[in-house]
Formats: sequence, structure tokens, C-alpha cells
Amino acid sequence: MPATIVETNHTPFAKIAIDPVTLDIIENALRNARIEMDATLVRTAMSPGIREQGDAFPLIADHSGKMIVGQFGSFIDGFLRGYSGTLEDGDMIFLSDPYSCEGAVSHANDWLVLYPVFKDGRLLAYTAMFGHMSDIGGSVVGSMPIKARSIFEEGVRIPPVKIWKKGEYNDEVIRVIMHQVRKPDWCQADLNAIIASCRVAARRVIEMADRFGDDVYVSATQELLARNHRAMQALIGMAIAEEPVSFEDYICDDGVGQGPYRIKCTMWRENGRVVLDFAGTDPQSSASINFYLNENMFKMFFGIYMIMVFDPQILFNDGFYDLIDVRIPEGSLLKPKFPAALSGRTHALGRIFDILGGLLGQKTPEFLNAAGFSSSPHLFYSGNDTRPGKGGEWFQLFQIGFGGIPGRPMGDGPDGHSLWPGFTNVPNEFLERYFPMIIERYECEPDSGGAGLHRGGNGIRMTYRFLADGTISIHDDRWFVPPWGVNGGEPGKRARKIIEKPDGSQVIVGNKVEELAVSAGDQLHFITWGGGGWGDPLERDPALVGKEIVQGLITAEGAREYGVVANAGGTVDLAATAALRAELRAGRGALPLFNFGPGIDALRAGCLAETGLPAPVQPVWPLAVAAE
Amino acid sequence: MGYRLGVDVGGTFTDLLLFDTASGAFWRHKTPSTPHDSSEGILNGVTAICDKAGVEAKDIEFFLHGTTVATNAVLEGKGARVGLVTTEGYRHIMQIARSFVPGGLAGWIIWPKPTPLAALEDTVTIKGRMSAEGAEIRPIDDDDIRTALGCLKGQGVEAVTVSLINAYANGAHEQRVGALAAEILPGVPVSLSHEVLPEMQEYERTLTTVANAAVRPVVGKYVSNLRSRLAAAGMAGNLSLLRSDGGLMSAHKAEEQPVNILMSGPAGGVTGALWVARNAGLKNILTLDVGGTSTDVALIENLEPRRQRETEVGHLKVRASALDVKTVGAGGGSIAYVPELTKALRVGPQSAGAVPGPVAYGKGGTLPTVTDANVVLGYLPENLLGGTFQLDREGAKRAVQTIADALGIDLMAAARGIIDIVNENMFGALRMISVQQGYDPRDFALMGFGGAGPLHVNAVARLMGSWPAVSPVSPGVLCALGDATTRMRTETARSFSRLAGSATAEELIGILDEMAAQTRADLIADGVPEAEIATTFEIDVRYAGQAFEVPLTITADVLRADGIAGILARFDAEHHRLFTFNMDTPHEIVNLRAVAMGRALDLPAAELPKGDGNPVAAKMRDHVLWMDGREQAAVIYDRAKLRQGDVIPGPAIVCEMDSTTLIESGCVATVDAVGNILINLK
Repeated sequence: MPATIVETNHTPFAKIAIDPVTLDIIENALRNARIEMDATLVRTAMSPGIREQGDAFPLIADHSGKMIVGQFGSFIDGFLRGYSGTLEDGDMIFLSDPYSCEGAVSHANDWLVLYPVFKDGRLLAYTAMFGHMSDIGGSVVGSMPIKARSIFEEGVRIPPVKIWKKGEYNDEVIRVIMHQVRKPDWCQADLNAIIASCRVAARRVIEMADRFGDDVYVSATQELLARNHRAMQALIGMAIAEEPVSFEDYICDDGVGQGPYRIKCTMWRENGRVVLDFAGTDPQSSASINFYLNENMFKMFFGIYMIMVFDPQILFNDGFYDLIDVRIPEGSLLKPKFPAALSGRTHALGRIFDILGGLLGQKTPEFLNAAGFSSSPHLFYSGNDTRPGKGGEWFQLFQIGFGGIPGRPMGDGPDGHSLWPGFTNVPNEFLERYFPMIIERYECEPDSGGAGLHRGGNGIRMTYRFLADGTISIHDDRWFVPPWGVNGGEPGKRARKIIEKPDGSQVIVGNKVEELAVSAGDQLHFITWGGGGWGDPLERDPALVGKEIVQGLITAEGAREYGVVANAGGTVDLAATAALRAELRAGRGALPLFNFGPGIDALRAGCLAETGLPAPVQPVWPLAVAAE
Repeated sequence: MGYRLGVDVGGTFTDLLLFDTASGAFWRHKTPSTPHDSSEGILNGVTAICDKAGVEAKDIEFFLHGTTVATNAVLEGKGARVGLVTTEGYRHIMQIARSFVPGGLAGWIIWPKPTPLAALEDTVTIKGRMSAEGAEIRPIDDDDIRTALGCLKGQGVEAVTVSLINAYANGAHEQRVGALAAEILPGVPVSLSHEVLPEMQEYERTLTTVANAAVRPVVGKYVSNLRSRLAAAGMAGNLSLLRSDGGLMSAHKAEEQPVNILMSGPAGGVTGALWVARNAGLKNILTLDVGGTSTDVALIENLEPRRQRETEVGHLKVRASALDVKTVGAGGGSIAYVPELTKALRVGPQSAGAVPGPVAYGKGGTLPTVTDANVVLGYLPENLLGGTFQLDREGAKRAVQTIADALGIDLMAAARGIIDIVNENMFGALRMISVQQGYDPRDFALMGFGGAGPLHVNAVARLMGSWPAVSPVSPGVLCALGDATTRMRTETARSFSRLAGSATAEELIGILDEMAAQTRADLIADGVPEAEIATTFEIDVRYAGQAFEVPLTITADVLRADGIAGILARFDAEHHRLFTFNMDTPHEIVNLRAVAMGRALDLPAAELPKGDGNPVAAKMRDHVLWMDGREQAAVIYDRAKLRQGDVIPGPAIVCEMDSTTLIESGCVATVDAVGNILINLK
């Protein structure tokens, strides 16, 4: 049964013609309110995941639940369909269970607050925000158990509940929830921050309605949606062909030895609408790498990519949703059936963006970017601080790392930067001050960016020296299937993780490992992937290649991928370079649009030798039929 | 008593304001800037203003100067070639930065990554390591350091920066590198991160130190050139520069720490507003400084401008105190356009700048700007008083008509739409520094200055509910006025980073006293008499685990009397005001700062002759303008002829040499004793 919205004032909003100036003023004010939500959040949150890294997403929606400003698009209609209670003035909804909101949040670590904004007895708007909690209990520290076989192992799972009910705070339910988590102080602070953000935005919406009148405000939101609809319709007509294009990419493994998992998407235009069909995507995993992809969220990703690739001036909202038809097979990796585990969804979430890039750029190679958006690498480190004077205090760290940005039409991909919006790294001096560790190295990994006319960004080599015994967990991907290059560019180098003992001996560990014991004095080399290259590397200026050798961004050996012969000091041998380039040109065929590397079979065959890790085995799905 | 000369060098004009400290009388002058060598324009101005006032250059006791020389060196990448010495394993610290990519989801596709301020090829690493507690983990090695410095020498760097991991906790390694650098690269200036900014966060500390080193030679050259030219003109007074935080520092000190003058330009307007507010009997002010391409806004509460711990210059965020000035890309030259895809009306951030400028200026501009809309509506009369050029109203109409056609509305509605949108953009910036910081704008007056501020201040005050709207005396040279009337200031900061429960008031006072002694010594060295120095302390507090600190100003006496608990209670109140909730979490004391200031100058403004309330003597002519959807009769007045107590009903326009004040219908303006125009709702 859908939610019942209780309004004491039943007068419908009158539709009023909005002049363009008022419309732009309201659009601008909404944009400011959304910026204010972000600012409130980062200032008051406490977990490093939100306060230092910005892992949270705001939204302001109209009275029907369509997003007017925000990032990931609205999920509110789905929520309303699934929620059987009432929504009244003074209520605030709190939830974290992906299965109760059609994947609006895609793992239970994301806590979502939804605030219906009432004014004079009428529902005027919604504000909402969700953020990633550093720990929500469950079987492992950080609550993202790689080996979980169901969501019941992944910590506290909150169905939609009223944290505020007609203005009354529901203290009891919060006590029950906070009782389940390892870091109630962080969770409470982050939840407060999310609530404060939603309230700030609600206040701004009400002020706008006061200023312009409720009917004008609501009519303006409808016109903003319509404006976006018209713009996207034009873009779709220009950029999407009726002839289907397909693209597929992989999640390397599931952390329990199987992989890779294929994600496939086919796109075509039909009667003025775009169809995005994930038929051909592998069935759901028995481990936790499943990604419950909300269709509306994917529409928004698609819209944002269209806009960024073709016309970055447009402010996006939900107005174009009915122009897009997203089809995701039930029981697939992207629409797993309850109670499939979901906590490790970050890899598939990241890969979705590479797939979008590959799909949209295929017919317009001048707009095509290489691959690199390949999840966000996580490190967990926890234990008791046994150093003198620390009193054996419990600590737990959750850190998101960064890799190389892909080569782009506009130039090289930046080294060691974030593909996620608003994310920043944690200062190493902060880590050393508050956790028992020394960061011995924080530098680009030379040659890890794929060679190209525009080089892929390098990944980062971060070396942790642990100062207390404890356990670590690692979540990363792109260690087996490399980030592809485009327009003749080479793939980027893959991710690696190495433990170095005090005696200098090294052990290669996997990229999805759980609860690995480490000792004081051990070092972990956490090496992330590089972005794929863009364009023919043999066209890159040899002087620039020489300069980047001096800068430590590539090596003399790596320069040969560009057909450049240089010494370790960066001095280029121009004659030898010309000869090498001629030889390489003669020995290769036409440059491919996409360079995926040697292919899955060859990767499997060479896996142990190249990565130090056994190849994942082809997944089997005894209980699932292939999702077609 | 003598004369104080404030000088503000802008992109187009150099503004001067000569202040007679005895009588409060002042003279102002505008002269074209000379970008190839600013001192030339300054000297022209000094000669002219001294003639006007009938004084000689040697009578000028203080030469007080706001300059964008450091800002431009950073923005245009014309700083020195800086070599960076950092810790082994951190060579790419400037390249990776904070990994942040602006622009939201998929913003990376179109983000042009800036190159680091210290080039990677000029960045070297050395062995040796300090811990977060300041203990040596691994020693440094002189031979290794010599090799690294030799490499920088070979690269031909013009300045050296040393920024080692955890140097904020122990600077011994940096000091040794500094000593060896002096030996190996004699004559090359060396900056050590623990001296420039003894605070945690390696990237911010390094960037700040590098930025300081990069602009040092530029500022040094500028100051010595200016000093010698002024001396040649017979001026022997003190030369001081305006800091980003609104205080003054000696030119000598500015040469050493130019990172503190990166926002010297906009700070001048705020300090000028402060002087005006004092004389107008106002305590709470929002400032609206409208220039050609952008608008700066700031908040002054109880005659104290809000400061922040960061200075933003272009894409760089440097850790140096600055007035909390927000800038929005909305000014007189902002271009209006209607994008094909959305049919929305957009104004700015693209600007016609000084060249080609608005269409109405007749210098080749063809795109409709905010100024053109003001001309079309009749807010900017065609023949400006004292202006040397005629405005091209017909040209402005043709340009604005293109907007009207694209939107399908009439000319006047389009022109007013442009004004409404640009006002709204200014309103958005003002909200960021007021409502979003927990301040109610209705408790503030709004002061508009800069070339176009007085044109927009009335309309924006209406949006904000901030009354009165103030058009200060000399709105066009308020920055120079601010330079002339502010006081000396210096500060120092240290990381503390401990739970409040583990600290005592006496311990804090001990550290703060030590810091206070250092800042007092700095001011004394700058020639400020010891008896005139006032000291305050600031303590940054947060809930342990938060990223955002609240700075609380306090004196040693209050700290002694109320103890740590007193500070924490104030923090809780401030946190509640900002974010509407408090927490049970322990408090952390993050940073300590000591601020030393010279004497606050009591510089009264000169009074205008008293009038009878009727401004008719200042009336220039009748006029027609477009407002509230119709043509209306208005009157144009000459500001120079207004007397105190004059009452001007809107709609009206008040003209002066370099600025125009618009009083809207439904409002009424009064002229205060010293010539400020205060506009209120009728």
C-alpha cells in the first residue's frame, strides 16, 4: 500500500504562469540551499568518511517527490510506493535498508533522512540527504563484510521509521539503533549533521514560498522540471542513435575467488526516448558485491553524463525522467533478490560510470573518455592502540583512496585525484596524529596511467607502517581487468596490495581481503590503478615525456610505451625515438577505438605471473538462471 | 598631527584619499593605473592630491597602501620559481594536493587541472622523519640534504621552501635544511613551513609556504621600487601595506610574509566601511562592493568584521587569516544572455571587463551588460557629473533588445529582469555570509560602494530586509579610505589539538602569553610604541572529531576568571546558533592564536553644513526613469551640494564624480551629519 499523505489544507496549488526572471531567481535560490546543505553537513559530521571525505548526498524535491536540485536523483516516488504509513506535518523519515526503498540507498551503511516539508497544512516539498556511516555493526569492523552471504551479516538494517513523529523525537528507536554499532558517537554526530542539513534546506524552501507565494513557488518547480525535459529531449535527439550500441565491462572478482562478473548495457533511441537495457549482465553474486541499482538514480547518472559530455551549462533535475527507460533484469548483479548481501557495492557503482562513458562516447569518439572510474578503494584498520601512554584505546579507521583520472579529450587525466564529487583525501598528518601509523610514502605510482596522446592519471602508492597490532580489510577492484584506453590509448596499470614485513620480505595480498592480521612494524603498500590513456601515445611530445621522467611521473622504461627513448635523467634521444616510433607504427595495425588489454582468457592465463595472485574462477550460478 | 594617505591600486584606476587627522577633512583623487609600473600612477596621484589639498609630500606622515601585486603574481603565475624540499615519500604532495575535483559528479571530464605552484621538477626529497608527537623517528643526513639542495641550485630556483612532514610539531629538521640552504644557495630567500604556518595538514602548510616564497621576490621588488620613488618625491613617512585581515603591516614585514597581503584589495573596502559605520552611528553592517566584473560582500558585527582562517586566491586556498569576504561574479560589466537550450535569462559570470566594456561606454562592446540595463532604465543618467564621456543610451537599448526578443518580453521588462537577476546573485552571496552563518540580516544595515554599489544597494536591501541602505561618502574610493583609517595588526597561531578536559586555563595562558610577547615584539619592531599595543587571544574549539572549529575571542583575565568551562559554554552557544544542536561529545581545543594591534585611531569625519531638510539647492534637473513596471518622474541631485539633514524622496538619483546612488520609489533618503546617504522604506 502506498504512503498516505495527511494534509489539513486540501486546496490544490494553483498553476501560475511564471515569468523567466522569477524562474531563474528561484532556481538560483534552490541551488544556494543545496550548497548550504553540504556546508552544514561537513561542518558538523564527525566520521572521517563524511567530514574529511564528503561521502554524502543532498536533495531537494518538489511536492510530488521529483528532485529539483541534488546529485543522485530522486528515489522518493519509489519510497512512497513501498511505505505503508502516513506522512504528516512534523514527521521525519529515517531508513537504511536498500530493500525498503527500491535501492535509493544501495547498502545499509548509507543512512538516509527524508523530511517532508509542510506549509500551512499542505505538503510543499521534500528535503533529503544520505551519508555513509563508518560502522553500523555486523560481522566486521566497518560493516562491509566481503564474504557476507546475506544482508543480515551487514549490520543494523533500518526500515523506514519516523525519527520525528508529528514533532516528537523518537528517542527509543535511536537508542536501539545506536546500540548495534561500534562507533555510536560518530553515527550520532553524522545523523545529527544529516538532520540539520535537511532542516536548513526545509527552512530555505519555506522562506522562498513566503517570498514568492506558495503557488508561484510550486509552479516554478514544475517549470524547472519542464525546462529540463525540453533540454534533454533536444540533447537526446542530437546525441543518441536509433541503432543500438552496447558496452560491457567487468567487476574483477567477488572476494571469494570467483570472477570476473560482467555488466552489460545496450542503449538505443525509440520514439524520442532512450532505452538503457542491462540484459546480458551476470546474475547476482553469492557474496557482497551486488549493487542494487535504483532506476531513477541511473537515469540521473545518464543525464549528468549527457550534460557534462555535451553541454555542461545546464542545471539538472528529474524533469527528463520520462524520456528514459531503464531495464534491469531481476536477480542480476544490479537487481539482486532479497536478502542478497550488498555492502560491497562500491565496485559496481563505480563501474557503471565507465559503462556510461563507453556507451555515450562510442558514436562520438571526440567526446569519449578512457576508463578509470573503477570503484573507490577502501582500507579498514582497527585494533587497540598498544603504544606507551595510549592505554590500549580502541581505534578504527575507514579510508577511501584515489587513483588515476582517465585520459580525456581535453588533456591528461590528473594523477591521484577523485572521480567522486566533493571527495578529498585525509591529510597524512591527521592520520599519524590520531591513529597508530606512519605514512611512509604518498606518491604517484609512475607509469600506472595508460599511455596516450593524453596520458591516463597515475594511481597512488600509499605506504602505511602500522604501529600497533590489528586487523586490516581492503576493498579494491581493477586488479584483474585493466582500465581500458580509447582512441589508440593504452589501458592503465592495475591495482596491487603488498605487505612488507620488518625483515623486508614481501607478500602480495588480494584486493578484497578481510580481517587480515597485521603486526606493529608491518608496512602495507596500497597501490591504486591508473586511468586509461586517450589517443595515440606515439603522438605525444617527446619533450613532455622527458620532463615527466624528471618529475617522477613516468620512468625511462615506461617512456618506451610512448616510443620515446630517454635516460633516467629525462634526456631524450631524438634519433632513437624517431626510429623506435617508426618501428612501433609499422608493427601495429589500425588503432582500436577501445583497448581492453589482452582479453579475459589471456588475463586469466597470465594472472599469477603478472599480479602474484591466482586468477579468479568463472562464476557459476547453481540457483540462478542467466539474467536475460 | 599630520596627514595619512590611503592608496588603492585597482586594475583600471588608482584611488587616493588624503586624510587630515586633525580636522577630519579629506581629499580624494582618481588617476589611471599604470600596470607596467604601478608606482608611476601612484606618484601622479600623490602629486595631484597634494596640489588639491595644498600640502607637500613631506607632510604625509603615513603612506598606507592596499595592493593586488601579490594576488596578481599568484593568479597570473608570475611568482618566483620556487624549489621545494620535502620529506622522502612525499615528492608529489603538490601534484596530488587534496585529490579534490570540483564540479560535481562527472565534473572531472571538464576540469582543467592547474599546475602546482612549485614545479615537480623543482621538488626534491630528503631522508629523516619526525613523528606526529615531534619526536625524531629517523635522523636527517647533511650529505643527503646538500645533494638535494645542489639539485635545486642546478635547476636555477629563485626561492627555496622547506616543508617536512610533522614539522608543525618539531621544526628542527627544517631549520638544519634552512641553514644548509643559506650556505649552498646564498642570496636565495628560504621559507620554512613551521615558521610560516606551524599547523597540522601537510598540503595546506606546504602550499601556504610555497605561495609565500613565490610572491616574496615580486612583493620585495615592488616595495623597494615604490619606496625609492616616494623618497625621491620627498616623502619620508612610514610605508605600510594592508593585510588580508584588514590590519596594517609595515612594508618591511610584508616583504617577508607577503602571504598575508594576498587579499589586501578587498580588505580595504571593508575597513573603509568600518570607518563610515563608526561615523554614521551604525554597528552592524553588510558590505556590498560592486565592481566591473565581480561583487565582494562581508559582514561586520558590532564594528568587528568577520575573519576566516583561509585566504582564497583563484583555485588556491592558503592558510592565512583574511576578512571573510565572499566574491560573486556579478558586476556592472556582467554579460546577460539567453542560452538556446533552456531559454533561461543568465547574467554573468562572463564579463565585458574594462575592454570592450558595456555597450553604453562606446568602447566597442556589443553584448548587453548590467550597466547597459541600468542605462536603459534611466538609473544611470546619460551625462554623468564630472564624467568625461557621454553614455550611449541608444546602443544600450539595441543590446538589451536582443535579450527582450529572446525571452519574448518588452525592452524595459528585459532590462529590469537583468537588474533583478544580478541583484539576486548579490543577494545569494550576502545570504552566505549572514543567514547561513546564523545572522539575521534584518539586524544589519547594507552599505553599497565601489563604482556600482550605490546603484544596487537600495534594491538589495529590500531583498535582505537590511535597513538602512547606505551610500557612504566617497563610495568610489572607499578602499583608499579604509587603507588610510585602519590600524596596525599582527598575529601568530599554533596547533594545540588536545581534549579540553586535559588542559588547564593556566597552561593555555602560559602559551598564549608567550605568543603575545612574540606578536608585541613584531609590532614594536615595526615602530608601534609598546604602550599603544592591545592584545587579544583566540581559541579554536570543536567537538572532538569534527572538522570545523569555532574561533572564540578571549582575554587572559576572562580566561582566568571563567576557566576552560567558560570557553566551552560559549562554544556550545555558538554551535547551537550555527547548527541548531549541541552534543555530549568531549570538546577539543584545536588552535591558539594571539593578535596584537596598534592603537585604534580616533579619526572623525568632517561635518557638512546643516540644511533645512529640503534638498532643492542640490537639484540638477528633472528626470524620467522606469521602475515598478512603469515610467516615473524622478529628480537628479548633485551630491556635493547636499547638506546634513536633507531628505530625498524616491525615486531619485544622486550623482557625484565617480558614483551614482539610486533611491527607489517607496523609499526615502536622509543625509547624515557627515554626508552618508541613509535610505529607508517610506
